[in-house]
Amino acid sequence: MTEATPTSVARRPFLGRIGEVPHVGLVAALVLLAIVGLATRPENFATSSNLVSILALASTIGVITVGMTFVIIGGGIDLSVGAVMALSSVWATTLATQSYGPVVMILCAVLVGTGAGLVNGFLISYGRMVPFIATLAMLVAARGLAQRMSGQRTQLVQQANTAIVELSTTRVLGLPLLVYVFALVVALGWILLNRTTFGRRTYAVGGNPEAARLAGIDVRRHTMLLYGLSGLCCGIAAVLIMARTTTGSSTHGDLYELDAIAAVIIGGTLLSGGRGTIIGSILGLLIFTVITNLFILNGLNTSDQLIAKGLIIVVAVLMQRRGALTGT
Amino acid sequence: MTQTPGRRGFLLGGAVLGAGALVSACTSNEPAAQPGAAAPAAATTAAATGGNDQPGTQVTIGFSAPAADHGWIAAIAKNAEAAAKQYSDVVFKPVEPTNDINQQISAVESLIQAKVDVLVLLPNDGQQLNQVARQAMDAGIPVVNLDRVFPDKLSYRTWIGGDNYGMGVAAGHYIGKTLKEKGVSNPVIVEIQGIATLPLTQDRSKGFADALKGYGFSVTAKQDAQFTVESGTEVAANLLQAHKKIDAIWNHDDDQGIGVLAAIKEANRSEFIMVGGAGSANAMREIQSGSSVLAATVTYSPTMASSAIKLARLIAQGKGMSDLTENQVPQSITLASETVTKDNVATYLPLGFES
Repeated sequence: MTEATPTSVARRPFLGRIGEVPHVGLVAALVLLAIVGLATRPENFATSSNLVSILALASTIGVITVGMTFVIIGGGIDLSVGAVMALSSVWATTLATQSYGPVVMILCAVLVGTGAGLVNGFLISYGRMVPFIATLAMLVAARGLAQRMSGQRTQLVQQANTAIVELSTTRVLGLPLLVYVFALVVALGWILLNRTTFGRRTYAVGGNPEAARLAGIDVRRHTMLLYGLSGLCCGIAAVLIMARTTTGSSTHGDLYELDAIAAVIIGGTLLSGGRGTIIGSILGLLIFTVITNLFILNGLNTSDQLIAKGLIIVVAVLMQRRGALTGT
Repeated sequence: MTQTPGRRGFLLGGAVLGAGALVSACTSNEPAAQPGAAAPAAATTAAATGGNDQPGTQVTIGFSAPAADHGWIAAIAKNAEAAAKQYSDVVFKPVEPTNDINQQISAVESLIQAKVDVLVLLPNDGQQLNQVARQAMDAGIPVVNLDRVFPDKLSYRTWIGGDNYGMGVAAGHYIGKTLKEKGVSNPVIVEIQGIATLPLTQDRSKGFADALKGYGFSVTAKQDAQFTVESGTEVAANLLQAHKKIDAIWNHDDDQGIGVLAAIKEANRSEFIMVGGAGSANAMREIQSGSSVLAATVTYSPTMASSAIKLARLIAQGKGMSDLTENQVPQSITLASETVTKDNVATYLPLGFES
């Protein structure tokens, strides 16, 4: 007992430190990338329109990343995000939905996303399925349903509903509206995670579900809500992708799950749950987006870009591991 | 859907003309009827009218293609089915479309076992399905190879497909000519490719570069996307950042082009002309309305699937193409890539596929 207390006391600052170290690393990595950008394409990189373009690119997957951060901190994983986003975008752009106007389209996308997320959550918490399996099943099924609904076609947002497209074309203070949507989701996510009971429960459930249960948290209900939240984010992301591409399609969001999970991991969130931050995830995502931007500005091809992203994931995780080892 | 009657009308017209030519030249389709012993009755009707569309021997056509995750492939499957439905003597036997090579191989094997009369195959990958196509040929089932070619000529009876190099050439000529007329020197020409690792993408790019060379121009920047709307938006958004002034863009694929156009609109740019690729109905409507930068598109038409079914039927019935002198269907047919502009878009619109 006497030994247990000092370790747990020593642990707390160490935990705090771990939380910060990746952030410093992430910001340093972003700065490094910015320097590379300035050195290789001084005339293009630091222009405001390029920065806007980077943010707009990051918005769609950024919203998904917020939901993914919650799920992973809560000790789960959601492989279905890309497929659920595709399904939401398809459902919201069917001729039937489009006839009701843009507001209903947005509602439809959000509801479909949330619904799919809640199904995931139900299967995992009440059906006792492993998250990996349940969301894998949803990935396949949602993609299939999206293909069936759309007849494997790209569905255009019709002229009457261009209000949706204006999310991407209308600019306020130089930024397209969808960047504000992204910022709002990040802000709300941050508040929910750091300033509410829901957030504290998320950490508790992910850190030690048994302890959380003993502390009186309805772990199953909470887990289900976490997946519902992730689905909600996919629905919002679907609205953004509809705005950006003017379409709904079953091909949208292919491999988004991997990008989102990678961003969360790079951001310092533990895959085993219980620890992580939204800011870290967003920084991780920005690193990826800036890399894509740099590669295209310099006319390099996508294969090298994928290699670079793979290396970054490995390096980021190794650095976090080393941080943990030197800490103990 | 609207493209089928158009095409049918065209072919019927061709058949009628051919018939006229045959009758006036006092020849007949007799020799073509020889291989099918069970088809004398049908052959006589064919001979009487000279029309290949007349019902002949009953044939079963097996069909396998990749799963449609793209408007073009969806149109391939739909066109094939529609073409087969036109004929009372064709039993159409499609197998579940798939993007898994393994599954497509076993699907084709099942068609071989079902002893279909002829196979129409659009392989996911020509190299990887070569073996099973060869098996079909060895089992006496002629294979009509659609678009993606098998490396081994023993694996197919006839190949029909588009001309990727020619598509690049058509786009290059259009852009080259337009810019020359405008008197632009040293133009910034941007190319948005499909999936860069595919040979078809490399052929398109080569044709484009070769045609531009004739005008003394070259491609300033090229970047690969994934044939999807979303990848088109992302790549175009970044490319527009990289180049503040552009004179022309060639985008390889109209489906992906929806995303490219969205990004252009978002960036509020209009100082250049854009040329598309494949020939989707949507791109053609944009060209017709003239409301966007899209000035032209070069075709790579999925109507080739309708033609492949017609060829398969003729091969199985032992007939030739009535407009040609030969008694049998040719070994390979390459479709020309045609340039659709505002001037001729009305005639192409019925052939455009919905993305």
